[in-house]
This record gives sequence, C-alpha cells and structure tokens, in this order.
Amino acid sequence: MTNIAIHTDTQTALCNYVLQLADTNLILGQRICEWCGHGPVLEQDIALSNIGLDLLGQTRSLYQYAAELQGAGKTEDDLAFLRNERQFKNLLLAEQPNGDFGYTIVRQFLYESFQQLLLNELKKSSNKQLAAIAEKSLIETNYHYKWSAEWVIRLGDGTEESKSRIQKSINEIWTYSGEMFIPSAEEQLLAKLGMIPDVSTLENAWMQKVKSVFEEATLTMPEAMYMQRGGKTGVHTEHLGYILAEMQYLQRQYPGQTW
Amino acid sequence: MSPQINLEEEFQAKIDAEIKIEPKDWMPDAYRKTLIRQISQHAHSEIVGMLPEGNWLTRAPSLKRKATLLAKVQDEAGHGLYLYSAVETLGVSRLQTIEDLLSGKAKYSSIFNYPTLTWADMGAIGWLVDGAAIMNQVPLCRTSYGPYARAMVRVCKEESFHQRQGYEIMMTLMNGSAEQKEMAQDAMNRWWWPAIMMFGPTDAESSNTEQSVKWKIKRHTNDELRQKFIDATVPQAEYIGLTIPDKDLKWNEDKKSYDFGAINWDEFWNVVKGNGPCNKQRLEARNNAHNNGAWVREAASAYAEKRAKRMAAKAEVA
Repeated sequence: MTNIAIHTDTQTALCNYVLQLADTNLILGQRICEWCGHGPVLEQDIALSNIGLDLLGQTRSLYQYAAELQGAGKTEDDLAFLRNERQFKNLLLAEQPNGDFGYTIVRQFLYESFQQLLLNELKKSSNKQLAAIAEKSLIETNYHYKWSAEWVIRLGDGTEESKSRIQKSINEIWTYSGEMFIPSAEEQLLAKLGMIPDVSTLENAWMQKVKSVFEEATLTMPEAMYMQRGGKTGVHTEHLGYILAEMQYLQRQYPGQTW
Repeated sequence: MSPQINLEEEFQAKIDAEIKIEPKDWMPDAYRKTLIRQISQHAHSEIVGMLPEGNWLTRAPSLKRKATLLAKVQDEAGHGLYLYSAVETLGVSRLQTIEDLLSGKAKYSSIFNYPTLTWADMGAIGWLVDGAAIMNQVPLCRTSYGPYARAMVRVCKEESFHQRQGYEIMMTLMNGSAEQKEMAQDAMNRWWWPAIMMFGPTDAESSNTEQSVKWKIKRHTNDELRQKFIDATVPQAEYIGLTIPDKDLKWNEDKKSYDFGAINWDEFWNVVKGNGPCNKQRLEARNNAHNNGAWVREAASAYAEKRAKRMAAKAEVA
C-alpha cells in the first residue's frame, strides 16, 4: 500500500475518485475507437488513434490503482467490463456521440484543456501514486490539448462551412462542460484533505484558456447556460447504456473466461 | 542501336546487378505502371484492411486486447501512408491514387471483403492474413524499386509483430472454454481458404508474374509463396489443436511439403469482381470517410492559406 493508515471513508472516496477519472478516460477512448478507419484524412486518423491509445493506457493505470485500493482482488478488466450504467462515474461529456469531426474536436478540446489544469495540480498530490499517474498522463494530455486546440483554430478560422459547423458543436456540447467544475462528494472530501485540487477553483483558468483559443479561432463563447450534471454520481445520458452493452458484451456473455 | 534500347538494356543490367532503381532514374513505362499498380493496391489493402479489424475495437474483450488492436489498426494506417508516399515518388499524387480506390477502379486485397463475425476473427486475421502478407512482403524488402523496398522493411517488422499477436489470441482461445475453442475453429474454417487465395491466381493463370520476376519486382511466384505459407502454418495450427479445413491436406514426403486440396477459384474471382460479402460495405465506408471529411480538409487548406498570407504580410511590414 502506498498510503499507510488512510481512513476508510477517505479510502472509499479515493477509490471512487480514481474510478471517476478512469471511467471518463475509458468512455472517451471508446468513442475515439469508433473513429478508427473513418477519419477525414489518414494523418488525423492516426492522431486520433494515438490519443485513444493514451487514454486507454491512463485508464489501465487508474483501474489498477482503484483495484488495489478496493483490496478485493479485482482486475482492471473487472472494473471496466463488469460494472453497470449506474456504477460508471464518467463525465457526461465523454459519452456524447462523436458527431462530425468538429464535434469530436470540441469534445476533446474542452476535456483536455480541463485535464491539463487538473493534472498540473494532481501531480503535486500528497498521494504519491496519484501524483505519479498524473505526472505521466500530463505529458500525453499536453499533446492532446495542443492537437485539439490547433484543430479548433483551423476549423474556426477555416471556411464558412467549417466555422458554422464547429460553432454549432460548441453551442450544443457546452452544456456538458460545467460538470467538470462541480465537485462530487468524494471530490469535496479529498480536496478538503488537500489530496486533490478543488475543481471549482479551476473554472476561471479554464474559461480563460478556452476563451483565448476561441478568440484565435474567431469563434464565439456560448452564453452562460444551465449545465447538465449527474455523470459523477452515475446518472447518465441515454448513450452510456449502449456504449457499455457493446463494450462489455463478450465479458458478459462468457463470464470468467481468459481472453 | 536506338537510344531507347540502350536505356532498357542499361536498366535491365542494373536490375541484374541488384542495383536499386530510384525515383529519378530512367525506367520503362511498363515498369513504372506495374509498380504504381502493385504499390497502390498494397496501400489500399492496408487502408481497407483497417475496417474489418476496426469492427471489433469497441467490443474487444479486455483493455489490453483493445489497446493492442487499436495499435495494430493504427500501424496499418501508417503502412498505407508510407506506401501512398512511395506511389508519389512514381509521379501519382495521393489524392489521385485514393480516388481510384473510391471509384472502384483500383483493387485491394480481396481478403478484406470477408466479414469479421466473432472475436476469434481478430486472431485468425492477425495470424493467417498478416502471416500470408508477410510471406508476400518479406521478399519485397529486396524488390528492385528503392522506395518500395525501404517502405517494406518497416512494414514487415510491424507485420510480424501482428502475426504473433494474432497467433497468441488463437492460442489463448484454444486454451480456454469449449465455447472459445469452437469460436477459434470456426474462425479458422472461415479464414483459411481466403488466406491461401491471398497469394493470387496459380502461376499458370498469373498474367503479371513473368515480367515482374525479370524486373525483380517479384522474387517468387504465387504458387511458391502459397506453398511456403501452407508448410509454415500447418504445424502452427496443429500445435494449438486447430484443424485445417482441408480434407486433402497431406504431408508429401517426396517433395517435403504439403499437398493441399483444390482452391475454389470461382469464389476468388467473384470476390475480386465485387461479389464478396463485404465489397460494397468496404467501399461505402471508405467513400463515406472521404466525403464526410471533405469539409475538414477544405478548412485545413483554407486556414493554411490564410496563415501563409498573414505571415507574408507580417514579413512585409517588418
């Protein structure tokens, strides 16, 4: 065990938090898998797969740590394939369907710009394992952020069509961005202990970052709007059930096998 | 002697001396055309080949398998990319080459017109399809055209990795439950014949072989490579308990290789001509990707142009 004498409540909260991080990466990675072979140009097909691979790699480290915290002898695959819709804690943003390439880019950009801020704080966590995972993930996230920001700019400042398409995507997906900054009960507890940052404090910096990229892209920031929430507590959009049905089908149909 | 004949003789002399032909060297038109056809078909096969395996990415049974499969399909995109570049060295743009695929004019390996129905197909494709591809491709690392030969060195390294992964999937299934074994044998039954058809028509029927061998584009005939593949694969199948779906398959002590049953060439030519189970779907998927991505490519060029103008304006002011 990396942390000696963590209080049981803290341990449970930490485990749930790690699952939340892992689930978001997995579901987003799963969505990115759907692009493979269907991208707009070969180089970007490859870039998307790279990001998918990074997200899956981060997912595995996080699930392995969550399994260790649970101490019930579960594996990364048990956590990915044998939990149901209400147990998944991923952000609603991650489960939204790919839409067109621009929609995928916006979804990625909003997430990675947040991840960059989060991981920058998490790498300083008093929890050594979390800090180590964050530090390694941050290198990848920096690249994802750069790639997605560049595409936001390219599409925003490209043609009239690309501008109107990506603006529409921004307006549609924006309602799923606020959840990142609304802390769950677990996040509140862990933030109080100084183990993770208070996500609500990251919102201003995030807004500035997004704003400056949108400005360069000649895109308009959406007006303040009602923000959807629920992912962190397992209340999802209708999309997640289908994602899990597809993803978990072999493990569910043939329980207990080695693949 | 006319100068043209001289050039052709010099060219053949270079080939015979194992000197690589490079993009700027003189080459007979037919050599160039043969290469363009062969390398672009190869590139298209990599790109279309992403689809049947991509079909299982969202359903891979473990996180490790999912990541490995994604990396494999991504490798194929990379192979397509450098093969399209090799075609460009022969004077045909990537867009033109791709348009020939999308219009149905260009061919790709027929194996990818078969559907992937179960997870075991990921094992069978890696092991048998990539295995057959390696048999074809290893000699191409020494092919006479420099850029193609160099691209193939890298392609082959990755393909042999894929083949091992595929075999390992099959082995894991064969060590598993009765259902998993059945799944593996079923995949074997469906992929075996299409895999051995990958080497193309018999030598007697192959119109391109003789000239290609003389130019050292090809180093072995289709039948030689097919035999080599069968001889290498049968013991691998036996080792993990899989049965080759060919009742005529038998070791021939005299020739020190396997005799095998008749290939259904009628099926082969039908799939080549577009009547395979997935020809339509594969081309449709590629066309959709291309068409749905048009606005993205246009935006990228428009942005690049704007940026270049702004940079030039800035430079002028300075």
